[in-house]
Amino acid sequence: MSIELKNVSKKFGGVSAVHEVSFSVNDGELVALLGPSGCGKTTVLRMISGLELPTGGDLFVRGVRVNDIPVQQRNIGFVFQSYALFKNMTVFKNIAFGLKIKKWKQADIAARVAELLTLLGLEGFENRYPHQLSGGQRQRVAIARALAPKPSVLLLDEPFGAVDAKIRQELREWLVHLHHDLKVTTLFVTHDQEEAMEVSNRIVIFSRGHLEQVGTPREVYEQPVNEFVARFIGVMNVLELEVRGGIARAHELEFPNHGLPDGQRLRIGFRPYAVQISTNLKTFRYQAVLRHTYFLGVLLRLELELPSGLTVRARMTKEEFAHLGLSDGQSVSMQIRQYRVLAHEGEVLRPEVATTYDIPVNLGEGI
Amino acid sequence: MTASTQRRERTAASTRSTQESPFVKWTLIGVAMLFAGVFLLLPLLNVFVQAFSAGWAGYWGALTDEDTFSAIKLTLIIAAISVPLNVVFGLAASWCIAKFDFRGKAMLLTFIDLPFAISPVVSGLMIVLLFGAQGYAGEWLQAHDIKIIFALPGMVIATIFVTFPFVARELIPVMQATGSDQEQAALTLGASGWQTFWHVTLPSVKTGLLYGIILCNARAMGEFGAVSVVSGHITGLTDTIPLRVEKLYHEFNPAAPFAVASLLAVLALVTLALKTFLEWREHRRLELAPPPENLPPPA
Repeated sequence: MSIELKNVSKKFGGVSAVHEVSFSVNDGELVALLGPSGCGKTTVLRMISGLELPTGGDLFVRGVRVNDIPVQQRNIGFVFQSYALFKNMTVFKNIAFGLKIKKWKQADIAARVAELLTLLGLEGFENRYPHQLSGGQRQRVAIARALAPKPSVLLLDEPFGAVDAKIRQELREWLVHLHHDLKVTTLFVTHDQEEAMEVSNRIVIFSRGHLEQVGTPREVYEQPVNEFVARFIGVMNVLELEVRGGIARAHELEFPNHGLPDGQRLRIGFRPYAVQISTNLKTFRYQAVLRHTYFLGVLLRLELELPSGLTVRARMTKEEFAHLGLSDGQSVSMQIRQYRVLAHEGEVLRPEVATTYDIPVNLGEGI
Repeated sequence: MTASTQRRERTAASTRSTQESPFVKWTLIGVAMLFAGVFLLLPLLNVFVQAFSAGWAGYWGALTDEDTFSAIKLTLIIAAISVPLNVVFGLAASWCIAKFDFRGKAMLLTFIDLPFAISPVVSGLMIVLLFGAQGYAGEWLQAHDIKIIFALPGMVIATIFVTFPFVARELIPVMQATGSDQEQAALTLGASGWQTFWHVTLPSVKTGLLYGIILCNARAMGEFGAVSVVSGHITGLTDTIPLRVEKLYHEFNPAAPFAVASLLAVLALVTLALKTFLEWREHRRLELAPPPENLPPPA
């Protein structure tokens, strides 16, 4: 186990920024700390590095409790969101800084810096100053500088926050490759769920200082433990249902009552991929009109409007879309194949209660 | 109407909308130039003209006068003590103001500006009231045979007080703009607080610091009011260059006061030149550094 947090808390003044967070990161893993801004994820990263001290709980790095070990001695590589390169030093001196501090021999420093320059594709840039580099190059220098003293753990704060969308994509792939080559345990902070899903082995999801879920990208997408995760990861249609006549209803949509008596309410969610669409109005039980189509590349997102005015988001591949010959304004029939119960009577469900339910396709009238 | 006349008219219109007529422009420039010439340049030139009114020999004689020489020495000693102390103070104050949040930060900022707001004469008086024979610490100082007022220590204290804000005021905005990311990065790379200060903080504020030192030094050497109150004007002992100039002037000496004053004038010109050079260098470093795409590709 590379990093372990046990009930770690952080209060700034009276305000709780991180509340009793526990999770662990295995050797060589690439883990994302994901959450909306202000959720405490950067604070967690800074506490692991030692730049911030926890006000409660225990922090372990490679089995050693590091709460009382100062930042200088933790041997953790930290890449700042702003990169924080030393402006008055060349690329070479930036990367060599940590090695000089650790009193490496001149020749060893030169060899290590050369190795990192090659690894990060920065050969020939060693005599430039940070202001003579592009954003992407600066970030690579920052990563090289953090890696130089061979840290036990690499921490990155919003590594792709400051670059434009196109370079972002390249950097994501590049980080995955770098991690694959180096096998250094890596933790990065992001507010972008897509980025977290794409890059990491596992995701740690935070909201308002609390840890919501830890899991592989697939787990958090398919088995979100609560409504926050369900809504935060990917797109989800959320409906507030009321049980009437033994059936849970929202507008014209009907679902099983899950044993709840009439008058009770529950909240369910379903992913766009769980919505089935047919151009034959008799295939599925609900009628809808295709209001708008968003092209996302290989996938398309469809906005369906039911007669009551309720909007449902669906998705399909370009091929399916072409095969069905759909166009905006067209009438279709639809069905929800799978959904999750998120809450009963406004009370958020515990993970073991929030399970996924499959609806057999085309069960006609009644459930 | 042809295209070219159209273009000419448009150019004329745009000139009219963004610029004043040449008459207004040159009148304004003339007024500014005249003002600067009469009130700034002319008096400065006059100092040098008067200084050399007795010829090179007279000039040299005035400067090498024993008492004048001791005044120059004292001025240098005072500057050599007070400037470094204010550098240390300025660095400490700007560091804590820029990097930390603490109670009383706004008050500290205000206090740093205090010497700018107080008349130098009052500053001098405050020191006399504190350390003078009738002052709070007077008896104790006399009992221990420590001389502060009418001696070097008092003059150094007065100079430090008056030049207090220069270094700190220059450094605070620079340090605030730099933030603490670079220092934190140094810490994660294993650097101690002192190594971080020496290798990261200091180089990044170098220009601002030099700038502050130059201004602080100019004021330390040129200060009159506060130093005059605490010096006691003992010729050959507690006269600084400005005090010596005043004394010579009151002795109705024709060229000597101007000769000595020319030293201060030269100091002022050197200060301005250095300041301009530093600004130019900083501007060139920041603004004119080639952007990455204009650099030759690395070998």
